[in-house]
Amino acid sequence: MPTKRPDIHAVRPIPVRRPTTWIGGLILLILVAAFVRLLVTNENLQWKVVALYLFNPEILTGMGRTLLLTFLAMIFGLAIGVVLAIMRLSQNPVFRAASWGWIWFFRGVPPLVQLVFWYNLALLIPTVTVGIPFGPLLWSGSTNLLITPFSAAILGLSFTESAYAAEMIRGGIQAIGIGQTEAAATLGMTRLQILRRIVLPQALKILIPPIGNDTISMLKFTSLVSVLALPDLLYSAQMIYSRTYQTIPLLIVATIWYLVLSTTLTFVEHYIETRVYGRATSPLAALVGSFKSWFRLRAFQP
Amino acid sequence: MTEGLPLLKVERLCKSFGDHQVLKNIDLAIAAGEVTCIIGPSGSGKSTLLRCLNYLEVPDSGAVYLNGEPIGVRWRGDKLYQMSFNELAVQRRRMGMVFQGFHLFPHKTALENVIEGPVVVKGENKADAVHRARALLDKVGLADRADYYPHHLSGGQQQRVAIARSLAMQPELMLFDEPTSALDPELVGEVLAVMRKLAEEGMTMAVVTHEMGFAREVCSHVVFMDEGMIVEEGAPASVLGRPQHARTQAFLARLQ
Repeated sequence: MPTKRPDIHAVRPIPVRRPTTWIGGLILLILVAAFVRLLVTNENLQWKVVALYLFNPEILTGMGRTLLLTFLAMIFGLAIGVVLAIMRLSQNPVFRAASWGWIWFFRGVPPLVQLVFWYNLALLIPTVTVGIPFGPLLWSGSTNLLITPFSAAILGLSFTESAYAAEMIRGGIQAIGIGQTEAAATLGMTRLQILRRIVLPQALKILIPPIGNDTISMLKFTSLVSVLALPDLLYSAQMIYSRTYQTIPLLIVATIWYLVLSTTLTFVEHYIETRVYGRATSPLAALVGSFKSWFRLRAFQP
Repeated sequence: MTEGLPLLKVERLCKSFGDHQVLKNIDLAIAAGEVTCIIGPSGSGKSTLLRCLNYLEVPDSGAVYLNGEPIGVRWRGDKLYQMSFNELAVQRRRMGMVFQGFHLFPHKTALENVIEGPVVVKGENKADAVHRARALLDKVGLADRADYYPHHLSGGQQQRVAIARSLAMQPELMLFDEPTSALDPELVGEVLAVMRKLAEEGMTMAVVTHEMGFAREVCSHVVFMDEGMIVEEGAPASVLGRPQHARTQAFLARLQ
């Protein structure tokens, strides 16, 4: 039966056929086409209105506020998180318990509830005083003056972030081998020197991808502040559509900007990662590398 | 150094991990300028003993003295107090330590590893520290690797940087915890050569090792440990050449 075969060394084997790629691709193509048709033909989307408001100053200011909130909440959250993580790993049982309690509380209470709570803090504590407990009073002021929508938002968002960051940073610190601490200790370093010079720099390097991830999460979490009537990106869009009743187009404007921001942050994170992990020699190579690492998916090959 | 007093003295040292007693009443003295090799089978407690000397492991009982000063504890009047980590750090500066796993700081270059102690701990001027560090790297034969990160160095090179890093603190005593055990066989020699040079310069050293050649040629004093006790100690010629104890004989026979 076999015809005359070519020499095995002279031919390349025909690759394994993958029919699922074609079937899946076809189904996806149909769905995408249907979705595009919806986008094009549904007049309720009102693309002209979208275009009109995309660069509206109110929207752009709101976007700036969204970014500001994101970065401030991340900076405060990470700073508190580092302290919490160190306390959590401390030999002092009081520090350990305090850190555990903070993480337990702020990871357990929804950020939305916290935002409303912080905003209404004056109902609980009408005046804020600074002084020595049970001693002389140094400063006193109305809570309502201190708690603006913005400060309430920063408190709620950064405290939530601090609880998640603490656990993440603790993991990073614990990933650094005990040998590093021992080597530093034999040089005669103090606890703080070991932490600051040896352990944290290595831990933070490991933590770049999860910190980037948290930043993108935070970008979206900031939209919660619209309940405090704080004009971020979402609330700016809401203010416009409450006047014009063009709800869907303005939500699309907000969606577009959220996607632009989160995509930008993704690239920034990949860029930093590529630079820090030393895979790139120039900024351009790092940028190219970040594109590649974002798109490249390694197939699961058992 | 106080005349007549050993540089390092260990008295009735005991240490247990759980139910397992690793060190049983160890007494040991190391004179200044002496190279003491601690040998013995795995699990005999030799690494634990070394780690108790600078209190990386805290002994359950017993005392360690450096130049007559107790390590890890402090008298205040007639009460004995445990030292805090940072008080202990001041004593640890006087003893260098080299580990089996090197433990160089991976985020720093060879040179940065070596200047870390002097600059951060002693507050030395950075330019002076760099100058001294280059000399030390030259001494361990790695002058041309100063700007390399640890992961670009071979195991032998990393260990030699680790030795330079310890020497940069100008310790009174160097502790070596199986410094060549993690190395490929062809890299062992370069590390031992550096250690030999140190010994010739008169550095006081305590070396936990399986390198019998090194023990025989470089050490002035050999300590054989088994099951948490010092079975036999003395000059290398007697402990390694004419071992008195059956357990020492059996151990040495197994190595042949």
